[in-house]
Amino acid sequence: MSLLEIHDIHTFYGNINALKGVSLQVEEGEIVTLIGGNGAGKTTTLNTICGITPPRSGQVCLNGQDITRLPPHKIVELGVVQVPEGRKIFTRLTVRENLELGAFGRRDKTGIARDIQSVFERFPRLEERQRQLGGTLSGGEQQMLAIGRALMAQPRILLLDEPSMGLAPLLVREIFNVIVSLNANSGTTILLVEQNALMALAVANRAYVLQSGYITHADSAEKLRHDPAIIEAYLGG
Amino acid sequence: MIQKSQTAFKNQSPRLSINGLLNRTIQNPLRLIAIVLLVYILVVALSRLLGGDYRADQFARQLIFGLAQGSIYALIALGYTLVYGILLMINFAHGEVFMAGAYIGFFVITALNNAGLLVSQTLLALLITIFSGVIASVIVAVALERIAYRPLRNAPRLVPLITAIGASILLQQLFLRLFGVSTRRYPDVNLYAFPQLFPELGCATINGETICRGIDLIGGRYDVVVFGLQLRVLPIHFLVFFLALTFMAVLWFIVQRTRIGKAMRAVAEDKSTAALMGIDVDQVIVITFVLGAALAGAGGVLFALYNQQVSPFIGFIPGIKAFTAAVLGGIGNIPGAVFGGLFLGVVESVAPSMLGLSQQLKDVIAFSMLVLVLIFRPTGILGEVLAQKKA
Ligand SMILES: Nc1ncnc2c1ncn2[C@@H]1O[C@H](COP(=O)(O)OP(=O)(O)O)[C@@H](O)[C@H]1O
Ligand SMILES: [Mg+2]
Repeated sequence: MSLLEIHDIHTFYGNINALKGVSLQVEEGEIVTLIGGNGAGKTTTLNTICGITPPRSGQVCLNGQDITRLPPHKIVELGVVQVPEGRKIFTRLTVRENLELGAFGRRDKTGIARDIQSVFERFPRLEERQRQLGGTLSGGEQQMLAIGRALMAQPRILLLDEPSMGLAPLLVREIFNVIVSLNANSGTTILLVEQNALMALAVANRAYVLQSGYITHADSAEKLRHDPAIIEAYLGG
Repeated sequence: MIQKSQTAFKNQSPRLSINGLLNRTIQNPLRLIAIVLLVYILVVALSRLLGGDYRADQFARQLIFGLAQGSIYALIALGYTLVYGILLMINFAHGEVFMAGAYIGFFVITALNNAGLLVSQTLLALLITIFSGVIASVIVAVALERIAYRPLRNAPRLVPLITAIGASILLQQLFLRLFGVSTRRYPDVNLYAFPQLFPELGCATINGETICRGIDLIGGRYDVVVFGLQLRVLPIHFLVFFLALTFMAVLWFIVQRTRIGKAMRAVAEDKSTAALMGIDVDQVIVITFVLGAALAGAGGVLFALYNQQVSPFIGFIPGIKAFTAAVLGGIGNIPGAVFGGLFLGVVESVAPSMLGLSQQLKDVIAFSMLVLVLIFRPTGILGEVLAQKKA
């Protein structure tokens, strides 16, 4: 049984059919990436998993438990945590308050304090700015805050939506290092959505390619990296 | 020529210069009217003050009354502002939420009076009355949210607005049919306090023995001389003011310092991201309605304690006034609602006699202020919040 398994998902925005039968699995401990062009349905896939845009039909299962119709906050409680596209920091809350909100479903005060400390160790710049409003951070710092905030929820599986978007190359490298170390050192399972397919395929175990609401390829990241069709379409080949 | 002067105007630094002000004033007739109006008000007020038509003791009395009335507006305005902050929606039935608190409070305080508790255990009876007013308002507000507003959460913004106006009329009519059209009267209450501070007040001879119970906080009226001014002071006005400030401080603490307050601020900023943090957005919205309604319910009972009259329609005018106050202060902004409420209360209490106008013009003054603010500073006196929200 996979940790996360979605089966034949169809999701609509009004009459717009964004996902037309998407299926994918993520095994415990893996990094899986979902790549595809603009408007392919990547964000919709993550939001369907999280209960923000429930599917019209199809199933989302976590460890075999059907979570398709659960409200978003229940899904977070089960350990499915998303770092949304565009970071979505709460700009009028302080950096520290943003982190505390990440732990909203938790009641263990000492555990929360310890985890805030470990986020600060991972991202020292957040500690310096913990009393500043989220809106005053730079793009890179906001991405670190978004990841730190998600870690506060103690994810079993972390869904990252284009974490490298709009960042300078040096920062992109740093963010990818964080993703790899989260997986290698903390054993966090990761589903990574990216337009930067080159970087994503370099760190992932397996990959899915999404195009206009359909999965067109599913294979090991290594194989897809050398697939001529993928190179041409997504790797600037 | 005209084009040239406009470019010059655009290039001007935002710094306040007489020239710039003059330029802009001439270009914008509305601004001109407002400035003429302000100057006129100042001249009239000053000449009446110097001519002795308006006296300092009048001012002091009206200021105190205005602060009490303004705290009631502020308590209601907070409900508008809280809900707007989270749903970007004006809950026009909020005046009826206030009315429900005052009205149900009437039944409770009357029952307590008939049971003799209002005389023997005055403080306890008052607390029970306020508490029941709060509960009544909360029930009405939660029902409104659940039945009228939640199903329209994703509808165009005009739809819940119209629904709110409908709900307001419905609630008035419901109370009218249930409890009749007649105006109800809160009983007279005497709450004596601080006998050490005011040893000569509240004295009564019972069985030949004279006991002094101190100042009467609710029913008392005292003629005092302060700074050479002959004043008739009603302690209830101060009591309402301080209680309202206390409630608002509690609200401020909840919003700024507690877990649920943080969740409210997060939901106000971005609902789907808040949900991704594990926040139950529906629950937070209900809590927001509950907090606003609790303040309105408490305000309703306080209002009825000094105004004494209650009817199904008493929420209407205070509701619109409080909405005005919320807009004055910048809707969505909590300190703004408090400031707007107090400001409106004081201005409408002080302005008519200061300007030598009929007291009946106070509503005209209040709503003219609303119009002026909407024209010249639509974000409110304290607020940029609205502009940020739209971005
Ligand atoms: N809120 C929305 N309302 C209507 N259509 C939407 C909405 N969000 C996304 N879409 C449409 O759904 C499709 C998939 O979008 P999305 O999941 O955001 O793609 P991606 O994340 O891969 O760029 C696109 O065609 C987009 O236009
Ligand atoms: Mg996207």
